Amino acid sequence: MKRRTFLQGTLAAGAAGMAVSAGLLTPRMVMAEGGGAFDSKSMEDALKTMAVTPEESADIKIKAPEIAENGAVVPVTVTSGVAGTTEISILVDGNPTPLAAMFILGEGAQPEVSTRIKMGKTANVVAIAKAGDKSYTAKQEVKVTIGGCGG
Amino acid sequence: MSSIKLKAAAKDGSVEVKALMTHPMETGQRKDKKTGELVPAHFIKEIIVTAGDKTILTANWGGSVSKNPYLAFSYAGKAGDKVKLAWTDNKGEKDSAEADVS
Repeated sequence: MKRRTFLQGTLAAGAAGMAVSAGLLTPRMVMAEGGGAFDSKSMEDALKTMAVTPEESADIKIKAPEIAENGAVVPVTVTSGVAGTTEISILVDGNPTPLAAMFILGEGAQPEVSTRIKMGKTANVVAIAKAGDKSYTAKQEVKVTIGGCGG
Repeated sequence: MSSIKLKAAAKDGSVEVKALMTHPMETGQRKDKKTGELVPAHFIKEIIVTAGDKTILTANWGGSVSKNPYLAFSYAGKAGDKVKLAWTDNKGEKDSAEADVS
């Protein structure tokens, strides 16, 4: 089972890399909510499309493993200590499309969300919290032993 | 059987919601090893969680969320609430589940 997972991970990461370099990635449908930010191919583009210029803040906490053996399943918890946080986004700066998830907090929701994401290679997990018209960010590096681009 | 496992438990005035969904979450960037063709993107792109008639969380996802996705968060609520989670994927497929807060 271990060996199997390893092979799958390696092949998948290789394939994704090839697809990127060959320009085979087709843009998918633009999401109304994300304004196409999910298609952005770089952090810069993603932030531009999300229309945020976040400032670094120690109030944003990321809980993620320092070393992820399997990049296909990386558990991430983001907590925002900024009062009035309405949105929490999770990005990975080394992924082909950095924006992984965006959470819009509804009535009574606490500013903490947990999920699991894929990481193609060692990179920074970046969290962005939006409060009012300001946004705050923090990042944490996760070393990936086996890429998980292909899931 | 539903593709969603949903749990909601009240503790100290807040309710912790945990969900596990069964979904391939294909990014659209992975190649089929046999045919060498790209596996088409297939991922959950929107999740709406409601408690009664209130929307407590909306999640917009891309293909970078792991296969069989997990989601956990808390909201100010109490035992007896009804929590409902509904997802829609990029192919327009939908599923939902409901749980009583214990």
